[in-house]
Amino acid sequence: MADPILSLVDLRVHFPTRGGVVRAVDGVSLDVMPGETVGLVGESGCGKSTLGKAALRLAPATSGSIRLDGQDIGSLSRSALRPLRPKMQMIFQDPFASLNPRLTVGSILEEPLVVHGRGTASERRERVAWLMEKVGLRPEAAARHPHEFSGGQRQRIGIARALALSPQIVVCDEPVSALDVSVRAQVINLLTDLRSELGLAYLFISHDLSVVEHVSDRIAVMYLGKMVEIADRRTLWTRPRHPYTQALVSAVPRPDPSDGASRQRIRLEGDLPSPIDPPSGCRFRTRCPIATAACAESEPVLRDFGPGHRAACHRADG
Amino acid sequence: MKSFFRLFVRNRAAVAGAMILLGVLAMAILAPILYPDDPWDMVAEPYLAPGANPDYALGTDMMGRDLAAGIFHGARVSLLIGLVATSVALLLGVTIGALSGYYGGHVDRALMRLTELFQTIPAFLFAIVLVAIFEPSVTTIVLAIGVVSWPPVARLTRGEFLGLRSREFVLACEAMGMSDVRIILRHCLPNAAAPIIVTGSLMVATAILTEAGLAFLGLGDPNVMSWGTIIGAGREVLRSAWYVCTLPGIAILLTVLAINLVGEGLNDALNPRLRNR
Repeated sequence: MADPILSLVDLRVHFPTRGGVVRAVDGVSLDVMPGETVGLVGESGCGKSTLGKAALRLAPATSGSIRLDGQDIGSLSRSALRPLRPKMQMIFQDPFASLNPRLTVGSILEEPLVVHGRGTASERRERVAWLMEKVGLRPEAAARHPHEFSGGQRQRIGIARALALSPQIVVCDEPVSALDVSVRAQVINLLTDLRSELGLAYLFISHDLSVVEHVSDRIAVMYLGKMVEIADRRTLWTRPRHPYTQALVSAVPRPDPSDGASRQRIRLEGDLPSPIDPPSGCRFRTRCPIATAACAESEPVLRDFGPGHRAACHRADG
Repeated sequence: MKSFFRLFVRNRAAVAGAMILLGVLAMAILAPILYPDDPWDMVAEPYLAPGANPDYALGTDMMGRDLAAGIFHGARVSLLIGLVATSVALLLGVTIGALSGYYGGHVDRALMRLTELFQTIPAFLFAIVLVAIFEPSVTTIVLAIGVVSWPPVARLTRGEFLGLRSREFVLACEAMGMSDVRIILRHCLPNAAAPIIVTGSLMVATAILTEAGLAFLGLGDPNVMSWGTIIGAGREVLRSAWYVCTLPGIAILLTVLAINLVGEGLNDALNPRLRNR
């Protein structure tokens, strides 16, 4: 088996605040293989975006290791990290905040090449035109500014920028959440086309399980800074083990209600507890429909439930 | 650029201010042509009232120096000091504010304590002290005004940079491995420029006033004649020859007013949040 392109081991990201330490990510381990798409789902505030940013060293990791293509980047200085940056890029959520409003699209796309000293000026122009064509934009539009484009087009520009340096893995942080429903499918299809054409690996972060299910090979579910379940897409969808995953899966509307087992909608009560002071034992127990007294005492660890299928629940039986 | 001009022109007061400012600028440019002689030269009898002698339309001071020549040459000095001192203040303030807001943490705390240290001293008194310690000259006056006026610029720039630091396009720059210098200069600064330009334009007016105040107190450069110098010299004869103080005073008033109007107009035109109100 090949080595993972991205490997996170026991990653923690804690932010000190006035009210206490926010444990945004609290000990998550995750591997992404070359060419693989790993989906990361969870509610707003569960730490999934922070995890993605920490993997790129855009948020400071408190402890744990980050290995990119076999190399430990968690402890590298910012300048030592720079030459490795091209291997891993990011696509952002908000297509209006992710592009510098004062630069033309051409210079936004050329900039990664300039920063890494790739090619001559004319080669870079060719590359920019190639990138724009790849993401379905007319290369003539390079002279325009971001505000002259729609949200979907701007997200395409963000994707082209992420691809400029030929990365091996791209962290997609809610790439379609800010888009109109009508253009979501287009952007998702573009991402999947680019993946097969360029052999990309994705860490695909979203709060929307139906989007993640569409693109992912494997899916990881996060709750309050912890990973609660990980499995390949099919298994997670048909045999979720963790009650939180079961609730998420049951909440996704199905086009055909007769598809699969008849699903009962599981309603979760209450809000996400504060990551400053998480519940004792199992963090999900305060909202869990099947929690017992034992769940408050010890924290469940990830257990195997089949090949590549692991879940962290005391009550799930093998 | 076109829309900027359209928005600026929509503000009538700003256009009037720009006109006055152009007039002052013309005075500064034409001074050596219209009044080729040194404004310090005693050219006529002293205490000539304005209009009494058509050769010296604005009259003369107690030494028989032509007031019109003084005011024209004074425009050069006042505008020059205003612009250069503001540039010094912007250079200091933007650098300190940008580093503070971009890096945060210890850098931010250290630089902000330094800024507060400067802010606790009243600006004008501080300028007097600085000029008094170093010989009064155009250079020391410019540096003194610059040193006392950068803290508000630093605070403003810091605030803008704090907001920009976590914007996604800045994170994207970091993710692609861009150097901090390039992120600050090419991505943050242009997006923080509008409020800095507005503040800078208003600071020119303050700098002109400060210079006039220093010259009034006898702390002007003795080799150049600024508006403040003339007022300072004329204050002893305020009751017998009011016009010696009043005429350069009006010049200062109009220039400072014009700069403030233009600054307001720039604010309207550059600040997108106020557009279409």
